[in-house]
This record gives sequence, C-alpha cells and structure tokens, in this order.
Amino acid sequence: MTNPIIQLQNVSFQYDGTQALNNISFQVEQGDFLALLGPNGSGKSTLLKLILGLLKPASGEIELFGESIQSFKQREWIGYVSQKSNAFNSGFPATVAEVVKSGLTKKIGLFNHYPKDVDKRVIKALEAVGMENFATRNIGQLSGGQQQRVFIARALIAEPKLLILDEPTVGIDHENVQSFYDMLVKLNEERQITMILVTHDVDIVSEHISHVACLNKTIHFHGYKNDFDHISEQKLDAWYGHKVRKIH
Amino acid sequence: MIEAILRYEFLQNAFFSGLIIGIIAPLLGVFIVVRRLSLIADALSHVTLAGIAGSLYVSQNFAALALLNPIYLGIIASVSGSVLIERLRRLYKHYEELAIPIIMSGGIGLSAIFISLASGFNTDLMSYLFGSVSAVSRQDLWVVLAIAAVVVIFLLLFFKELFVLSFDEEYAKASGLPAKWIHLLFMIVVALVIAASMRIVGILLVSSLMTLPVAAAMRLAKGFKQAILYAIIFGELAVIMGLVSAFYLNLAPGGTIVVTSILILLFVIVSKKVTIRNKEAAL
Repeated sequence: MTNPIIQLQNVSFQYDGTQALNNISFQVEQGDFLALLGPNGSGKSTLLKLILGLLKPASGEIELFGESIQSFKQREWIGYVSQKSNAFNSGFPATVAEVVKSGLTKKIGLFNHYPKDVDKRVIKALEAVGMENFATRNIGQLSGGQQQRVFIARALIAEPKLLILDEPTVGIDHENVQSFYDMLVKLNEERQITMILVTHDVDIVSEHISHVACLNKTIHFHGYKNDFDHISEQKLDAWYGHKVRKIH
Repeated sequence: MIEAILRYEFLQNAFFSGLIIGIIAPLLGVFIVVRRLSLIADALSHVTLAGIAGSLYVSQNFAALALLNPIYLGIIASVSGSVLIERLRRLYKHYEELAIPIIMSGGIGLSAIFISLASGFNTDLMSYLFGSVSAVSRQDLWVVLAIAAVVVIFLLLFFKELFVLSFDEEYAKASGLPAKWIHLLFMIVVALVIAASMRIVGILLVSSLMTLPVAAAMRLAKGFKQAILYAIIFGELAVIMGLVSAFYLNLAPGGTIVVTSILILLFVIVSKKVTIRNKEAAL
C-alpha cells in the first residue's frame, strides 16, 4: 500500500520567460528519505518553493497528502529548514528556546497563545537533536552546525510529517556533517518523518538515503538509492553538464 | 517635582504621556531594530511633520478649524506614509531602502511648504519639533492612551507571528503565515506610535526613543523577551530623567531625553566591555 505524500504531475515553471523547471513528475511516499541532487541553477530551490506553495506552477498539478495544493490547509505538517547562510542575522537577541518555540506559531494559529506545556515540548524537541543543554543560550553564539540542529528542533516541535531541508549543511564544519546526517536518519527511521533533502553535491549522499532524484530543469533520474548507485558517472556528467564524482 | 505634578494639569499630561511612550516606543522599537527598519521610523516621523505643519496652516487660515488638534492630521499623514512606504518597497523589490529617502524628502518638502505658507516657525511648531513639557493637552494624553491600547492589543494578538517574521522572514512565509498583512499592520501601528510620541520627544527625535534603548538592551540581552524588558526599562529611565531635567532646566524634553538615552547606551557599552575584560583577566 503506497501513500503518496507529494505528487507532482507535469509541473513546469518559468522565471521571466526562462524555463526553470520542465515537465516534472515524481512522487514521494510516506517514510521516504529522498535526496534531491542537482547543480547550481538546476531548479532545486524553485522546486521546493513550489512544494511549499511560495510559487505557483505555470502548468501541471501538485498534490500534498493526497490533496490539491490549492486546497491543502495543513501547512504545519510540513517542516522546513533552509540554508543557514540566509536564515537570520547572528546578532538577533533570541534564546534557543525562544526560536524552537516559534516553530509552533502556525500550528496554534493566529490570535491563540502557546499551550501550557510549551516549555516541556521545547526541551523534548531539543532532546531529539541533542541540544537540550543549550535552551537558554543565545542563538547567535552557537556554531553553524548547532544552529541547524536548533532549526530542526524548531521544525520538530510542530510534529511534522514531512521535513524539507534545503542544503542544510552549507556552512557546517566538515567533521560535523556526518553526525548531522546520522541525526536526520534517526528521525526518519524512528519517527517515520518523510524527508526531502536538497544537496548541491553528489558526494554527500549518505548510504542511509532511500531514494534519489536528479534534477537539472527536468528530472533525469528518480528511484531507489541502490539503482542510483549503478548509474555511471558518464551519465551523470551528461545530465549535469560537468564532471561529477560519486562517493559511496 | 512631585508636588508640581500634583498641582499642574499640564505637568500631569506631560508625565503620564511620557511614561506611556517610554513603554510603547521601545517595545515596538525592538521589532523595528531587529528587522532593520530603524530608518523607516525616521522617514515616518518626517511625514508626520508634514501633517502637523499642514494642520497648523489650516487652523491659521480657516476659522472653523482653528481649534483642530494637529495630532490628528499628524496621525493621518504618518499612517498614509507607512502604507506608501510598503508600496514603494514592493515596487523597488531589490532596492527596498529607496522608499526611505523618497518618503522622507517628500515629508520634509511638504512640511517646508506648509511652514512657509503658515508664515514661518513659531513656538507651536518648535514644540512639535523638539517636544514640550508644557504644551501637552489633556486631549493629547487621551490620544496617547488610545494608541497605547492599540499597541497592547496588536501585540497580544500577533506577538508570536511578529517574532517569527522578525527572526526569519523566509521561514515565516514558508510556514504559511500571512507575512504581508502582519507586516502592513505592524507598520501602521509604528506610524501611530510615532504620532503619539512626537508631543513629548518631538518629531525630529521620535525614532531615537524607538532605537537607542533597544541598542542598549541588545548589548545585554540573551533572549528576545529579555531584550524587550531591558529596552522598556532604559526607555522609561530616559523619559523620566529627561522630563525632570527639561522641567528644571527649562529645556526641550526631546533633547534631554535623547541625551539621557545616549548616556545610558554609552554606560551599557562601556560597562559591558569592562566586565568582559575583567572576565578575561580572571581566566
């Protein structure tokens, strides 16, 4: 029994007349861990913005959780973590707990206040990312990797069914990248949170990812990670228009 | 001083208005500063001046409107200015700051015309530019109170949304918050607070009460609520000390309040540096 969480059918999009995405069709099912790969300018961010409803497709259909995106109202089911670099300015006076708490904003809705057990929920969300000892620290004083964990906690506090991560490891020290991915895998396996992970490099596809989609204006490959492993580097070169290295 | 306040209504008006403004201006100021909108407050205050000058001109020349309180036209000008700024910011998406000089010079230009039409500067206008201890009427105090009520209700309703919007606008939009509407409402409330504050600190110095206490608070606060608390404490300190010294030294309160704010800011910056140095020395 399959449960499509995201379904795109023949979706196209143009920016000022330039084709950014062409005839994209794919689906993501419950519990998938999909890595979306593609070079700069391949339309990865545009695709995410379409899924998040920030842009409207020129043609084609997008369904979220079995419902057309126009009528889909449960936006709190979707957690979103952007690139660290463009997220916030580091002098911002906010504690880690305040940032995590703000992840509930959409879920509890306009005009309503935070529930009484909100502090407990904040700690629980921070525990899931291993940051429970940082609740009272200023967000700007954490390292890039720690900040990204906090932003994941901010998404988790609303108990999302789908987590969309846009190049979350940009700006994170190399040695922390692996533990960051391990944490995502754990969330995927233990909580059955469906993950879409956009990455710039093919290199960092971890062995735990279940599906891979290769995007360059259009979907060149979408399937199981194992099948992706059998694709030759020559083929990837052709899709991306430059030399690609695969690391397993 | 306390005796004088009990005795004279004009002093009561000035002090109560001052105390209220000392809370609401830094309170909104925290959001303004973290969203990098400080200069917008400046632009709006100059638009408010156009409304005030226009009102003074009208009441000089039309007998029927002689008693019109300039604060009303000031509020209308300020709120229209805030809506216009948002329009312009969207029009020049990649050069948003262009909206500020456009609106600011527009405001000053209109003010200059109305001031010369109303045959130049007079004491009335001076009190609007730099604030006044004696010119605040009971009616002004009621207007300030009403605006404070609007601010409190607005923040009670939208505090968490404003926090998300201030911290990370992209995330706010991605999570489906009506960012555009909340921002527009916010700008209108800012315009109201600017109009409310001008009686005490004066139009030219309104934005300082929204930014200087916040600048000091941000040096000390770890979190957002803490920043708000410190900003309000510093704001109140500046207003009280500024009004008292303005009263005794017969100075414009706008000047004394701003100078006090700057002294507080300097004190905070220096004492923070000293504590950091001491800590480092102890290690």
